[in-house]
Amino acid sequence: MALKIVKGSIDRMFDKNLQDLVRGIRNHKEDEAKYISTCIDEIKQELKQDNIAVKANAVCKLTYLQMLGYDVSWAAFNIVEVMSSSKFTYKRIGYLAASQCFHEGTDVIMLTTNQIRKDLSSPNQYDTGVALTGLSCFVTPDLARDLANDIMTLMSHTKPYIRKKAVLIMYKVFLKYPESLRPAFPRLKEKLEDPDPGVQSAAVNVICELARRNPKNYLSLAPLFFKLMTSSTNNWVLIKIIKLFGALTPLEPRLGKKLIEPLTNLIHSTSAMSLLYECVNTVIAVLISLSSGMPNHSASIQLCVQKLRILIEDSDQNLKYLGLLAMSKILKTHPKSVQSHKDLILQCLDDKDESIRLRALDLLYGMVSKKNLMEIVKKLMLHVDKAEGTTYRDELLTKIIDICSQSNFQYITNFEWYISILVELTRLEGTRHGHLIASQMLDVAIRVKAIRGFAVAQMATLLDNAHLLTGNTQRNGICEVLYAAAWICGEFSEHLEDPMQTLEAMLRPKVATLPGHIQAVYVQNAAKLFATVLRKHDGETESQAAQETSQLLIDRLPLFVQSANLEVQERASCILQLVKYIQKLQQKNVEVAEEVTALFAGELNPVAPKAQKKVPIPEGLDLDAWINEPPSGSESEDEKPKAVFAKEEPKHSRSRHTEVDEKELARRREVRKQEQASNPFYIKASPSSQKVYDAPGVEHIPVVQIDLSVPLKVPGMPMSDQYLKLEEERRQKEKAERKKKEKKKKREKRGKERKADSGPESEEDITPAHQVDIVTEEMPENALPSDDDDKDPNDPHKALDIDLDKYVPHCRHLQFIHVLHIVMCRNEFFSKTEIYDFKVVVSVIFENKSDSFLKAMEFNVLDSLNSKLQRPEGAGAHDSLTVPFQLPPGVSNEARFVFSVQSIVMPQKLKGTLTFIVKSDESSTHEKLDFKLHFTCTSYLITTPCYSDAYAKLLESGDLKGSSLRLEGINMPFHHLLARICFHHHFSVVERIDSCASMYSRSIQGHHVCLLVKTTVSIDAKCDEPSLLGNVLDEIKQTFSKC
Amino acid sequence: MQFMLLFSRQGKLRLQKWYVPLSDKEKKKITRELVQTVLARKPKMCSFLEWRDLKIVYKRYASLYFCCAIEDQDNELITLEIIHRYVELLDKYFGSVCELDIIFNFEKAYFILDEFLLGGEAQETSKKNVLKAIEQADLLQEVRPGPALAKQNVPLFVTV
Repeated sequence: MALKIVKGSIDRMFDKNLQDLVRGIRNHKEDEAKYISTCIDEIKQELKQDNIAVKANAVCKLTYLQMLGYDVSWAAFNIVEVMSSSKFTYKRIGYLAASQCFHEGTDVIMLTTNQIRKDLSSPNQYDTGVALTGLSCFVTPDLARDLANDIMTLMSHTKPYIRKKAVLIMYKVFLKYPESLRPAFPRLKEKLEDPDPGVQSAAVNVICELARRNPKNYLSLAPLFFKLMTSSTNNWVLIKIIKLFGALTPLEPRLGKKLIEPLTNLIHSTSAMSLLYECVNTVIAVLISLSSGMPNHSASIQLCVQKLRILIEDSDQNLKYLGLLAMSKILKTHPKSVQSHKDLILQCLDDKDESIRLRALDLLYGMVSKKNLMEIVKKLMLHVDKAEGTTYRDELLTKIIDICSQSNFQYITNFEWYISILVELTRLEGTRHGHLIASQMLDVAIRVKAIRGFAVAQMATLLDNAHLLTGNTQRNGICEVLYAAAWICGEFSEHLEDPMQTLEAMLRPKVATLPGHIQAVYVQNAAKLFATVLRKHDGETESQAAQETSQLLIDRLPLFVQSANLEVQERASCILQLVKYIQKLQQKNVEVAEEVTALFAGELNPVAPKAQKKVPIPEGLDLDAWINEPPSGSESEDEKPKAVFAKEEPKHSRSRHTEVDEKELARRREVRKQEQASNPFYIKASPSSQKVYDAPGVEHIPVVQIDLSVPLKVPGMPMSDQYLKLEEERRQKEKAERKKKEKKKKREKRGKERKADSGPESEEDITPAHQVDIVTEEMPENALPSDDDDKDPNDPHKALDIDLDKYVPHCRHLQFIHVLHIVMCRNEFFSKTEIYDFKVVVSVIFENKSDSFLKAMEFNVLDSLNSKLQRPEGAGAHDSLTVPFQLPPGVSNEARFVFSVQSIVMPQKLKGTLTFIVKSDESSTHEKLDFKLHFTCTSYLITTPCYSDAYAKLLESGDLKGSSLRLEGINMPFHHLLARICFHHHFSVVERIDSCASMYSRSIQGHHVCLLVKTTVSIDAKCDEPSLLGNVLDEIKQTFSKC
Repeated sequence: MQFMLLFSRQGKLRLQKWYVPLSDKEKKKITRELVQTVLARKPKMCSFLEWRDLKIVYKRYASLYFCCAIEDQDNELITLEIIHRYVELLDKYFGSVCELDIIFNFEKAYFILDEFLLGGEAQETSKKNVLKAIEQADLLQEVRPGPALAKQNVPLFVTV
């Protein structure tokens, strides 16, 4: 043996340690992979040795390799070995390796439960610390469930070092095992007032994180946090508390009003930027949640905006960025206060940091008005030209479109200008956002009727110059706009000046290089144009032009018939055949124009995105019913499922079908007609809905001098600028006219009143260039109200949405919660005293559910022989204890009472009463609340780890007496069952083999309780105290009868 | 905080700490993506960026980048403070720390981080307490770490 140790240490001398490994890797830069693979082989050898020092060294090296990206999951078991070393040096390495390498899928984690439990209860605080730290990284739902009680106990550890870690890790435990939140919460709350600032800050951290996800359950803590906020000087804690209030105020506006003052004080006084920033953010959140229009709060907004301006003007890029970010939050509710800083925001667009420019862009989105839209967009267009990186340029492009199209084009007064902007944007090379521009073009052309003439002309120019857009690169995203252009030209072809030319442009051979879906649109719309051309020449006998058009199509379409894209091919061959047929008719001098136009008759209306979903199902329509009789062959197959699900009646639909009579059919026909009438997708056949060719409003568009034949690259001033100038002129003119009118009026009034008319133009004064009616999106009749967005069901925090205040019993005024805690420590009482007298601490949470103030609460319990309430010395055996606090409305607080208990083998129910005074404005009344305190046997059990060999010995010893229990009607997975027993009855799993598991627990008096749980849901139990066992089993039974 | 990464100017990972459970594959992917994004940023740019649904806060000290991922509602400035605090701790522990210290004593760097942050939250805001805890834990250890390496590298941090 001694030889072995010596040999081991000699081996170690030749082993590489971590430093050697790192040095080696650095020296083998050219063949790193090869070097590392030899190292891994060495490590594998080292792991096979018995010497724990060698193993730890190997594991340490593996942790390093893991960081470099090598898979070390094969060594998971060795990591567990090192973790369980009794020496802190190695344990530390083992836990580090585990925290770096383990994740939820690592199967050896389940082997660690007992080891971790042992380390948690180690007398050495650093063992405990290292276990807690490790656990925080790799805690799984199983570990969380098994160890929740142990960690909860550690929250009251004597050393703040452990308390603080235990409190923090509870958050991870709650996430993994939400059921632990309720029992742990009272203790967590208590830690908010821990004497150690580190523990206190940890508790604040955890509760803030919890409350941010589910704020409503934590409203009752607001007074406590308010006190902390006004007393604490620790910025870390303050930031957390202020963040918490930010989450609470939307639920309780009264809180907001109270917060404004201390927060503004902090804003004025603090020198820490992080705290200032948090305060500003929360003030903004508070003001958003408060109803607006409170005059005294404009001062706070002003203060925030001022402070943010200082941040934005700071030379520190970080502060600038955050300032803009916070500004955008204010913008949503108080746009006016931000808009006055437009200069500053526009200045940020010139910043050298792209992320700051992007933030400024976000702000601009909310700052536009009818008045300044054109100006802002002009500035952005300049930036588009200057931008170097395509990402930033693309971002600018989307922002321009966002800004213009926001709230249904609210700020656009001149759509010709907007179309020109869109056309200008198509000149960007290599942008990814072609489809965005395209959808805008379509949107505007469809929804703004008056603009169609202009849009069609612009699109025709685009199609004519398509070669400029497509360029050489096939994958150019911008060619998407051709999709829109072709569709607009086709659909609204009646506005085209020269449809023939556009038709020719759409059938150029180059088109065949475009992506398939665009070609398909080209082909389809070529047919529409064809119809338009025919209509134009309608009535002219032997029209040369009409026949030429047919010939053009017949010449060019075969190119598309050969297309590899099915859609293009199908459409092209259809249309080709059609045109050939028409040509034949034309040669016979048959009038065809009307029939051809009928192909594309009917107007397309914009439909709301949700319209289809909202179509109500007409009465009497069963979507699941068979339309035809089900095929006879399936009937025999129907028999089989019928045997399995006896309740089903497959003949149901058939019988209904045969019953249909003539009357019913007529009724159905009527219903269908009605449905079609309200269905926007159904193209109506009635002649009244034929395409209307005289588009109203077209002639009302003021004719602006634009040469439509301008090539896309306009030398000198871009087109949209012309609009800007024109618009300004127009506004000036309108203003002048208004002035004239006013002057007239004034003259009429003979200067009775002198009105200042030179003030700035207000938003309402700007009238749109032409009355554009934005067609609103169609919704079906009887559409249901909009459905709300649901919370993300996958959110892990959702499970933590536990109403912590809900508990029985409760009366009108007071909700009464009791949670039994065995706070008695094993080493303090048990080992010292042989007298069977144990102290049990009961925490009681009082919550005031009424609107009145509760005071003078007195707590009393009728003692039994076994259990007695501990009263101060000198007090009588029946005196009540005063609860050391008063309860304002809606507040809850916790008090603790100590009981002495003699025997723990029986459950106890103690009757008690609580008397208190309800104080309302005018009167105060005495009230009484009766309650029962239930001391279960389970609450005397303490989760204690036990190893399987010790467990076997215990069972063999024969000191234990057996008993068994069957649980009926349990259908939950086995591991859930075990989890419940562990959690509710403080057991730990010793071993689990296939269909059964052995479990162990120990009472505070040292009784061993052993369970053997089988998947058949029977429990065999053994204990050295039969009555205790019986009662525990009863309680287990009760737990499961509740579910 | 969701995770913290330390990497060099060359994109070599020096330390990683994950406070959310992710598979190795995902971790690698995220690391690669973030190292690239952060290294591509120009020196004058601000320390924050939005990435997926998280916020990334990073800061460069000499040749090392310290990079943290925080959630939407978290405070960026306090995260910068955390990074700075950690660098100060490393500096105090190693004595004008440089990148090589972290490479060769990477387990120590983790131990210090673990005393400072737990589960992604700051557990101890007093520098003195963190160092005290580390020193006492080191005392329990059998072997003290070897003497600091010859400092050929630039210290991360000059003034404390």
